[in-house]
Amino acid sequence: MSREPLTLRVDPIACTAHGLCAELLPERIRLDDWGYPIVDGEPLPPELVAHARRAAAACPTLALKLRAAPDVRGSRPPPVSSRARRAA
Amino acid sequence: MSAALPRLLAGADARGGASLTAHLAHHGLPALAIDAAWLVAEVERAGLRGRGGAAFPTATKLDVVGHGRRRAVVVANGAEGEPASAKDATLLAQVPHLVLDGLQLAAAATRADTAYLCVKARAGTAHEAIRHALVERAAAGRDAVPVHVVAVPDGYVSGEESALVNLLNNGRALPTAVPPRPFERGVDGRPTLIQNVETLAHVALIAHHGADWYREIGTPAEPGSALVTLRGAVERPGVCEIALGTSLTSLVAHGGGDLSNTRGVLVGGYFGTWLDANAARTATLDAASLRPLGASLGCGVVAVLPHDACPVAETARLVRWLAGESAGQCGPCVFGLAAIADALEQVADGRARGRGARSRHEEDPLRRVRRWCGEIAGRGACRHPDGATRLVASALRTFEADFEDHLRHGRCGACARASVLPMPVHEAMAVAA
Repeated sequence: MSREPLTLRVDPIACTAHGLCAELLPERIRLDDWGYPIVDGEPLPPELVAHARRAAAACPTLALKLRAAPDVRGSRPPPVSSRARRAA
Repeated sequence: MSAALPRLLAGADARGGASLTAHLAHHGLPALAIDAAWLVAEVERAGLRGRGGAAFPTATKLDVVGHGRRRAVVVANGAEGEPASAKDATLLAQVPHLVLDGLQLAAAATRADTAYLCVKARAGTAHEAIRHALVERAAAGRDAVPVHVVAVPDGYVSGEESALVNLLNNGRALPTAVPPRPFERGVDGRPTLIQNVETLAHVALIAHHGADWYREIGTPAEPGSALVTLRGAVERPGVCEIALGTSLTSLVAHGGGDLSNTRGVLVGGYFGTWLDANAARTATLDAASLRPLGASLGCGVVAVLPHDACPVAETARLVRWLAGESAGQCGPCVFGLAAIADALEQVADGRARGRGARSRHEEDPLRRVRRWCGEIAGRGACRHPDGATRLVASALRTFEADFEDHLRHGRCGACARASVLPMPVHEAMAVAA
């Protein structure tokens, strides 16, 4: 089993507010006034991972996903390459 | 070339697009065959940031798209879904060759073999000027990469990055969930550079005249010029070019307006921020000044609220319009913005009268709106709910007394005044013509 920290994310287009996720993982998911999930995006502690997997598997539209916690490099493009700098 | 303004609009012809001959003469017969690494470094030296609203560093985008695993695609974004903005249409109509040079340069910098120019379908003058310019360029053999012009359907979010990619891939100008972002996988699954047309015009200026020249105006942190659309309580509304760091006061004065007589100024666009008169009087048009005020230049809209307009009614109308512009794909946006619009209309009309903080059983409508603003932001596929809630939260702060007054006493004398901000009605969005 991977030791990488995992986080939960909702695909907001796929989500149609069934609400199962909030039932199965109330520690990390609550529903807004219209039944859509507000997900705590912090890395999951080991004791919640199994529950999180169950919640993701139970989502009727597979909108809830478990992902490796994004690092700074993963979500933003890298700075201008040194090759470009040297050419200046 | 001198350091003075105008730069982008220099040599512009208000009657029609400046000819290729005039463009080349004005900019010193600039070539487009450049070294990709050199241009990226020069754009970085010039400190250019995007002019579409997000202000992302342009050199970073050029670099990463140019080093993707597959051959890149470049897209010039002239969709201009922001109704209060006219800068992109103006640029395309008056100096199309500067934008088209920028597009070729961006293609060279990213080693792209395909280029698109996306323009709002309704911008007839711009389309005509582009058509004419492309004919001139074809005759001169100026474009190494063929440019496909694509009409973008009406809609506030139709010009959003992922919506443009969706339009080009599938014919539907609807935002998609990210990741992957267009710079990773966009048109045809290829790394895709999407730049606002003004940003590309700046790239052309930098390539033609150098980063040192580019930095001669503006501020050290934000060099260069930018286009703004001034509207509202001013005698001469319209698009003008400013050096970054120009004071809001002098911009408004230049347009024949007076900040001493206003309730507030909307800065950035309908996804931007209301500044009260005091903040507006001290603000300069650059991030260093605007960010501490919770604002940003955005897409350059500066709208001065007339002293006899009602900011509560204006905000309620704006939010209702923004709710209608939702792509309709994400629950928090669809339901959240509609609920905020309902609540603000109730407050504006005085129907929420008596339901202020005194009620023990029902949440104060303004408190409810503030809570929703906090809960909805970040939970859509695109940043539409974020922008709308930013606007609402800033209105509630800037015009707090007016909102409380309407909550208690209902409509004011200025509520019925016609709106100063354009809110166009259009057919159901998304599907390309």
